[in-house]
Amino acid sequence: MDWEVVIGLETHAQLATHSKIFSGAATAFGAAPNAQACAVDLALPGVLPVMNRTAVEYAIRFGLAAQVVIAKRSIFARKNYFYPDLPKGYQISQYEIPVVSGGQIVVELEGLEIPVRLTRAHLEADAGKSLHEDFHGLSGIDLNRAGTPLLEIVSAPDMRSAAEAVAYARTLHNLVMWLDICDGNMQEGSFRCDANVSVRPKGQQAYGTRCEIKNLNSFRFMEKAIEFEIRRQIALIESGGNVVQETRLYDPDRDETRSMRSKEDAQDYRYFPDPDLLPLCIDAAWIERVRNALPELPDAMRRRFVSDFGLSPYDASVLTASFDQAQYFQALMHFVQGVAKLCANWVSGELSAALHRDGLEIRHSRITPQQLGGLLRRIQDGTLSGKMAREIFDALWSDGGEADTLIESKGLKQISDVSTLEKIVEALMAAHPGQVAEYRAGKEKVFGFFVGLAMKACGGRAMPFLKTGWLANEALPFLGHSCSPAGSF
Amino acid sequence: MNLVTTSLKQLAEALRKRQVSSRELAQAYLERIVRLDPTLGAFITTDHERTLRQADAADSRIASGTAGPLTGIPVAHKDIFCTQGWLTTCGSKMLSNFVSPYDAHVIEQFKAAGALILGKTNMDEFAMGSSNETSFYGTVKNPWDLTRVPGGSSGGSAAAVAARLAPAATATDTGGSIRQPAALCGISGIKPTYGLVSRYGMIAYASSLDQGGVVAPSAEDLGIVLNTMVGFDARDSTSIQRPPEDYTALLEQPLRGLRIGLPKEFFSGGVSADVERAIEAALQEYERLGATRVDISLPNTALSVPVYYVLAPAEASSNLSRFDGVRFGWRAPRYDDLADMYELSRAQGFGPEVKRRILTGTYVLSRGYYDAYYLQAQRVRRLIVNDFKSAFAQCDVIMGPSTPTVAFGFGEKTGDPVQMYLSDIFTISVNLAGLPGLSIPAGFGQGGLPVGLQLIGDYFSEARLLNLAHRYQQATDWHSRVPALASA
Repeated sequence: MDWEVVIGLETHAQLATHSKIFSGAATAFGAAPNAQACAVDLALPGVLPVMNRTAVEYAIRFGLAAQVVIAKRSIFARKNYFYPDLPKGYQISQYEIPVVSGGQIVVELEGLEIPVRLTRAHLEADAGKSLHEDFHGLSGIDLNRAGTPLLEIVSAPDMRSAAEAVAYARTLHNLVMWLDICDGNMQEGSFRCDANVSVRPKGQQAYGTRCEIKNLNSFRFMEKAIEFEIRRQIALIESGGNVVQETRLYDPDRDETRSMRSKEDAQDYRYFPDPDLLPLCIDAAWIERVRNALPELPDAMRRRFVSDFGLSPYDASVLTASFDQAQYFQALMHFVQGVAKLCANWVSGELSAALHRDGLEIRHSRITPQQLGGLLRRIQDGTLSGKMAREIFDALWSDGGEADTLIESKGLKQISDVSTLEKIVEALMAAHPGQVAEYRAGKEKVFGFFVGLAMKACGGRAMPFLKTGWLANEALPFLGHSCSPAGSF
Repeated sequence: MNLVTTSLKQLAEALRKRQVSSRELAQAYLERIVRLDPTLGAFITTDHERTLRQADAADSRIASGTAGPLTGIPVAHKDIFCTQGWLTTCGSKMLSNFVSPYDAHVIEQFKAAGALILGKTNMDEFAMGSSNETSFYGTVKNPWDLTRVPGGSSGGSAAAVAARLAPAATATDTGGSIRQPAALCGISGIKPTYGLVSRYGMIAYASSLDQGGVVAPSAEDLGIVLNTMVGFDARDSTSIQRPPEDYTALLEQPLRGLRIGLPKEFFSGGVSADVERAIEAALQEYERLGATRVDISLPNTALSVPVYYVLAPAEASSNLSRFDGVRFGWRAPRYDDLADMYELSRAQGFGPEVKRRILTGTYVLSRGYYDAYYLQAQRVRRLIVNDFKSAFAQCDVIMGPSTPTVAFGFGEKTGDPVQMYLSDIFTISVNLAGLPGLSIPAGFGQGGLPVGLQLIGDYFSEARLLNLAHRYQQATDWHSRVPALASA
């Protein structure tokens, strides 16, 4: 039987506010346990929550970017359950009326644009952490994370493969970082996804029974976990079994999902509007202010890169895979005009590789757009071959400086007067009369022989001439034979 | 100085004129507490050394000429207000070991004003009760009759003021917890408009109904204390920001032309004859002062008790979840695992009335019951608000009895929670609407026990309510009557 996979994602993006969603405590990662938990986070008797305005602003920013409806009035609700790292015994979240609803994200996958609808996005407070190791049979509670603002973004079940789900997650990941509302750090839990996966016979309207998979803390694990789950569900149904609605945990060590709790164990959270918080009211003026401060969005920038710079859609989407990279590229284009493709190749090629090798973010790149621009100008004007440019790039990367200075000091400056080159060619021809004769007799292969010798003799410093076909069109024709263009070098 | 007959206002004047020092005043009140409170049980905690230290600080402030109206005045605080360095129990075993690391906004305001903390007063556990019989720290006796309840939940504050163990005390009111004990103890008590007094540091019972207020012998004293207590606080999202108001400014305003609304639902049966007689006499007094009566109706009054006992427990069931034995408060000494720790700590830490309300609240919020109970109650709450709106189109103030009867005996209603709940029938709707309400002494009923007259005003009409109460208290002397115990 042919199966269709149905996937929806719930994503928790930690909002990059300085203070918590309902208290003034700091949100920085990595502080000593409980050093960043104030009276409100500890839920001492009598304390009350106060909404963090910036967290709301970030939700609006996301809403505008995903073209959603921003609720003029939304409600915070309490989700009641007991757990030691949930100090109040309830999580403040949004239930019936979320701050953001509807909208869609366009996902690019293998040249196709796939729209993924969003159901909603709501604000909520994160819980603390329970630490079950190192306490000799007891559990430790760290409440530093308690009260960190989260935007939970819920997609419609619009994805039909693990690859689509990952592409959606990557697009969303890029978007929240692009908007500067989330640092996107998946290792530290700043961007967490749960996947709802089900399968159904192709053509069937009704959805199959779904399982929710948790602990997908990298895109690679997400893909593997979903693929495992799809295989598991299909095998189960095909062997006559039924999928049970449950929450499953992905174990990356064994590459499998395991049952965590079934729907029957699901708690009744007894949601009700939080009486400590007034309805969240967002007026049109506020939305407009946020809209005016919004950066150009990845989608728009991608289209602009194609139309303004003549880049291929592929290159444009690679460059806009992150805000910082796109910014770098745009800065680079200020320093070297008219060779967008060359710039794109270097940003996504050499530069990316070097950054990756040294574990650096592009904003901490050791080569600035200005420096790289200086280098690419010398490729553009033919001063440097690709090989020499890479050499200069490495030097710039490790020692800094200017491309032109390095070219000078390394003696890589191109031979630029024709007479010098003509002398070299004449000397070569004089030294190889046999081959000259062969060439004159029409043996075209010998052309390549001369080019090789010429390059060697010039130490690679004659690129402008060789590249522009000088040897073929200016130097060799006097030998009385037309030849193929030098593009083959 | 006779503490029984001297009002808070007079004490403040004596302090400013240096006729008495704050230290002398504090010592005199502490001496009364030592002597009389073993009989009454109105205080959970006193700390003489700390109070006297504050008194010395107040004396230097008075000497330096920077004293405010409350500087040097000892004030007792309901043990629901978190007080830094003080045991803050909320009347519960659950918090019997909780020394607050911070001050409630209310406490901050009093400290800034230079008032002394005289002690922390007894109360029904987590403010759940109408008789002060649910306190982990024992019952409070009504100073007028030691076999009777003082009312609740602010029973300790009311009894302390009635016996003149304090010139004023803070209190809170979720369904009548200021007005009902004030009535039963023969003193004045005001619950301001919801949002006027910050709830920050006031341990939550039912957040949408809880409101801090004050009890004192007279309306004039209430106004003076309210001036310090009211104030915007950014840490409470429901705190209302409005220009500061002097609650004593209108006290002397004449009452000519005042229209008193009398809801027929407050007078149609259910009120005992002695209470009804006292209220009728009070109304006649108001007529002599120039007021007229208007018959009005608050048709949903009867629904206020069931609505309250859905909404308040719902909020409470969630508010009290933080008492889990993990970070503070009572933790069971022995347990097997996490669930066991939760269950035993809460089973041991909470008393039966608190458990009853947590269970009720959990039930009404549960899947399948939420719409029928919680949502339905919210709808009726809206109707009750509208009742008041229409009423205030016809009158300036609503009056009626604060309670259906005078103080009842210990154990009389503990076996029947519904009977206990119905003793708040006249006060609850005011909380549901978020309106200000006041109870003042209006004579005596059966057994020589005090009767309270309730005044309900429109939003932010506190100064006007205090004016109406003050004019009445100038014409009568019920508020200056004290129980025999106090003069002993």
